[in-house]
Amino acid sequence: MLTSRKYLIRSTRFAAIVAIAVASTFGVAAQATDITGAGSSFVYPVVSKWSAAYAEKTGNHVNYQSIGSGGGIAQIKAGTVDFGASDMPLDEATLSKFGLGQFPDVIGGIVPAFNVEGIAPGKMVLDGTTLADIYLGKVTKWNDPAIAKLNPSLTLPAATITVVHRSDGSGTTFNFSDYLAKVSPEWKTKVGEGTAVQWPVGVGGKGNEGVSAYVKQIKNSIGYVEYAFALQNHIGYALMKNAAGNVVEPTIANFQAAADTADWKNSKNFNLVMTNAPGAKAWPITATSWVIMYKQPKNLTNAKVTFDFFKWAYEHGQDQARSLDYVPLPPSLVEQIENYWKTEYKL
Amino acid sequence: MSNAGIYLRRRLVNVIALLFGGFATVLGLIFLVWILWVTISNGLSAIHPRLFTKITAYADQGGLANAIVGSLLMDMMALLICAPIGVLAGTYLAEYANRSKLGASIRFLNDILLSAPSIVMGLFVYVIIVLPMSNLTHGNISFSGFAGAVALALIGLPVIVRTTDEMLQLVPGTLREAALSLGVPQWKLTVQVLIRAASSGILTGVLLALARLAGETAPLLFTAFGNNFMTVHPLDKMASLPVAIYQYTNDPSPAMHSIAWAGALLITLFVLALSLLTRLLFSRKKVSYE
Amino acid sequence: MQVTSAVPLARDIDRRARADARHDRIFHRVLKFCALLVLATLLGAALSTLWGGREVLFGHGLHFLTSDSWNPVEDDYGALAPIFGTLVTSLIALVIAVPISFGVAIFLTEIAPTWMRGPVSAAIELLAGIPSIIYGMWGLFVFVPFMANIEPALSDTLGNLPLIGKLFQGPPLGLGLLTAGIVLAVMILPFISSVMREVFQTVPTRLKESSYALGSTTWEVLWDIVLPYTRSAVIGGIFLGLGRALGETMAVTFVLGNSYNITASLLMPGTSISSSIANEFNEAVGVHRSALIALGFLLFVVTFVVLLIARLMLHQLAKREGK
Repeated sequence: MLTSRKYLIRSTRFAAIVAIAVASTFGVAAQATDITGAGSSFVYPVVSKWSAAYAEKTGNHVNYQSIGSGGGIAQIKAGTVDFGASDMPLDEATLSKFGLGQFPDVIGGIVPAFNVEGIAPGKMVLDGTTLADIYLGKVTKWNDPAIAKLNPSLTLPAATITVVHRSDGSGTTFNFSDYLAKVSPEWKTKVGEGTAVQWPVGVGGKGNEGVSAYVKQIKNSIGYVEYAFALQNHIGYALMKNAAGNVVEPTIANFQAAADTADWKNSKNFNLVMTNAPGAKAWPITATSWVIMYKQPKNLTNAKVTFDFFKWAYEHGQDQARSLDYVPLPPSLVEQIENYWKTEYKL
Repeated sequence: MSNAGIYLRRRLVNVIALLFGGFATVLGLIFLVWILWVTISNGLSAIHPRLFTKITAYADQGGLANAIVGSLLMDMMALLICAPIGVLAGTYLAEYANRSKLGASIRFLNDILLSAPSIVMGLFVYVIIVLPMSNLTHGNISFSGFAGAVALALIGLPVIVRTTDEMLQLVPGTLREAALSLGVPQWKLTVQVLIRAASSGILTGVLLALARLAGETAPLLFTAFGNNFMTVHPLDKMASLPVAIYQYTNDPSPAMHSIAWAGALLITLFVLALSLLTRLLFSRKKVSYE
Repeated sequence: MQVTSAVPLARDIDRRARADARHDRIFHRVLKFCALLVLATLLGAALSTLWGGREVLFGHGLHFLTSDSWNPVEDDYGALAPIFGTLVTSLIALVIAVPISFGVAIFLTEIAPTWMRGPVSAAIELLAGIPSIIYGMWGLFVFVPFMANIEPALSDTLGNLPLIGKLFQGPPLGLGLLTAGIVLAVMILPFISSVMREVFQTVPTRLKESSYALGSTTWEVLWDIVLPYTRSAVIGGIFLGLGRALGETMAVTFVLGNSYNITASLLMPGTSISSSIANEFNEAVGVHRSALIALGFLLFVVTFVVLLIARLMLHQLAKREGK
């Protein structure tokens, strides 16, 4: 008897839950607008911070979840979310085939991180070709002439370099490999660029925290992480020689210099990866992320709120972005984006 | 070998085996303490009342309130779905199809289901629930706590089926024969005698299933999706502790990492509390079937 | 012979018997429906992965199964390295976890004083309640450095042995197949041990006492009476653990090193089917996504084959014992 009573209680409870579910679906609805976005994990911290402030101001909820750029693209295509976010721009063919538009939201930097005994963070200088050769497995020792030539004042150990890369597909890897492909023809032919590539050497860590943990734990290793991650977790980063031939530090000003000098004016649909930007002070591995939306959205109200949200973020979200070590878009780019909205989107 | 020699050897083997048993248990406990200690010491700085009162939208100034509520709702819904189905299916295997071909193949396929990567179950639910819902409602309802619960239920189901099946098979046939000879119909025999006799084991299975599904992230990403705001609506996009932890570990800020560890501690404590509670409620003296 | 007497009492009995039969039929159908639901779930999940991965599974013949290259840029995919990693890490996990679980179950059913059994078994089961991502984080931040410290000792001792020496040579990075296997072993330990403990308790006291009366030691009772009596369920528990080991993602991903290698050394980084899916799925589009879903299908196949082999071995064992 006990058992059957237990079942009875269980099934009554289940019925009650189902009843509540059904009632609340058809009963209460209509409140402030809830919009949903999905994609890039790179922008997750800043978009969530914006959404909390935006919700307090307007009452509209922007629910952004980092399911990865690939997931974001798939979900916006399937129409299950109001906007997608990707660390890799969509090409013309895809955009026009699905009737999508895209625009940048925020800028960040990627820095090479290293762990070599006796060399302080910010003291090592690397350039693109050397970095590519290390990741190709051609430069295997820290005292290789290529590294020594860039760092005449350092005493480099004869230790073997352990290469650490991301194991998960990521926008960070996309921008890093895109940069190496731009500066090293051999990298371009042998490995290429993508959110995940076939690494010639090294071990893979999951996420920024995986790579930084490995770099911290494994002596004489090198890796690459997001700037915010290196900064907040005190990981030794290297300086880079940029396209103009200057040695630059990863700083917010230098990321913005890269964004400023990137050729946005001539890029249709903002389809431009701004690594290896030409500016004198430009940090060479600077990245952005794109918001992707339907040009003729199914749900007009939600689309309008989405634009309002990003407009608000461009205007009022700059301090929040900086506090998280992201770089707000330069004003010239914001202006271009707002024009793009007017001309491309039918609202 | 002399008798004394054989005796000595048997004693020795016995002592070694028993020592090994103690050693194994201590080893297991060491790992438990080790992991818990790492979790607690890392999450300690985030243990704060606002963990339970504020929502994830406020990031490092916030808490996990919406994730806690979401996880509780989805875990309970998942258990309500998979426990009855799992127990009934396991009963079918043990009592009705023990020697049949159908039973053997379902049992075999259930074992495969046990190892299905959880992300695959998430994708499966995405295809059978999320997409159709989205198409039917023109995108108004797509991801939902309900879809998340179904995905979790699919993770728990095979665990319950397998344990119920095993536990019922261990109930001696004499019990069945005794009941049948009294003219008890088979369904009564199954529900009131067999399932009751094996209830402690079946409960262990349900708890193992809960333990397994409570920590799952992958099946939730494409089903419940996640929500930075509070919701209790089963058809809304719903937050959960594992998804929040997953996203916080990717965050650059160490403060967010602490919240992630604290969230993990909550899941562990939740499973512990539930397992202790059920044990307390159902602790009866073990049936010896004699 | 059916009694068709006109006595009301007999008619009542008859009616009751018919009602019982009807209830039995309904009950049977409900149970069968639930069991078929399990069947449908697996078929649905397997078919959806087969469909999602068709492009890669059937596009290039057997290439997907025979190649160890994994190049998302060129869209050239081979599943050999992930399959290898899955099998090796799961095998390590079983080799470690099965004896330990048996030890734990012995302790909890035969050795420990009664007051201790409840709390200790709850504690061991708690290992199952720790979310897998925590195993991953603990592995990454604590266990990998720990292994990096003991791996040189492993290479110096076990690495010099003739046959198995090759397994333990390599750079002491701390991460790799062995570390992943050990983490998996800790994760599946509670699954196997709690099933073992549960079924050991169901062995009729009569059987055990008769054996004790004949002068058996505790170990002999366990090995010759308890284990044979509960063998099927014990193996069920091992399958529970194996299932989790084969499909585990988060915990493995953080400590495996994630490189598409097939190496003899257990200290080298590798990859597994589920960790490849978890790593790359979020960012994958097009053929890459299809390749990852195809990997998901392969995991079903790998599990199928592993279980089939296990069944055949059991069958042989049973035959030899003349059952």
